[in-house]
Amino acid sequence: MTVGLNSYLILSAILFAIGFFGVLLRKNTLVIYMCLELMLVASTVALVAFSHFNRTNDGNVFVFFILTVAAAEVAVGLAIIVALFRRRQTIQVEELNALKN
Amino acid sequence: MSSDIFFYFFAALTAGSALAVVLTKNTVASALSLLVSLVGVAAIFVLLDAFLLAALMVFVYAGAVVALFLFIVMLLDSHGGDRKPFKKATIVAGAFAFVLLVLGVFTFAKHVSIETPAAESSAATLVPVGASLRAYGEQLFTTYLLPVQIVGFLLLIAMLGVIVLSKKFEGLEDVK
Repeated sequence: MTVGLNSYLILSAILFAIGFFGVLLRKNTLVIYMCLELMLVASTVALVAFSHFNRTNDGNVFVFFILTVAAAEVAVGLAIIVALFRRRQTIQVEELNALKN
Repeated sequence: MSSDIFFYFFAALTAGSALAVVLTKNTVASALSLLVSLVGVAAIFVLLDAFLLAALMVFVYAGAVVALFLFIVMLLDSHGGDRKPFKKATIVAGAFAFVLLVLGVFTFAKHVSIETPAAESSAATLVPVGASLRAYGEQLFTTYLLPVQIVGFLLLIAMLGVIVLSKKFEGLEDVK
């Protein structure tokens, strides 16, 4: 099978699926966050592939913005996790059930 | 074609280390696998002629984000201890969702084929679009000028938010 647009899209879908699986499986907030990043990166692979095969630069510029937003998001998210750990002394999701009942 | 071999190699590297992120017990190993996975994605970007994005991927993600993750992991010392096992309903729901997702990916891989747009082989289009820095500059400062400014404000707001979040406030202990 020759490598075309579909190969890149399948790679992107596989990466997204792995990230989603990680969000379902893991209980450590930090690892869940890493898997979220993985899903974000999977979407950028699809965008760059579309951009390359359509001979336009707009997808690449969009990925540029995604990178910026992801950097900001990681900073805020990790700050939230640190604040959470400072209050609750844990970052395991099953112990963070203050809103239950 | 030789670039096909590169694609398969880097795709396997990326997907394999992404699996390692999910499956390893050690959080530090997860972060380092994420690093390998992101470098693999940067290599995929190089195969797609997006050289600037590949460099940015290594700088921003591999350089800053993973370093930040490692810093927080080591700061929090978060080895789980004895964690409760999953409930049976959770296992069923999770397996169901995962099977659905895998089925979706396989259906896409088997039956759907998005037509690759035929690239005209004239000399003008042989220059890959994503490779020229000039194209990025022109687009960022004409078509996408407003988004660039919004993203700048977003970064400012994120910086302020992080400062406020990581500040210690007195007298808020009852929020627990």
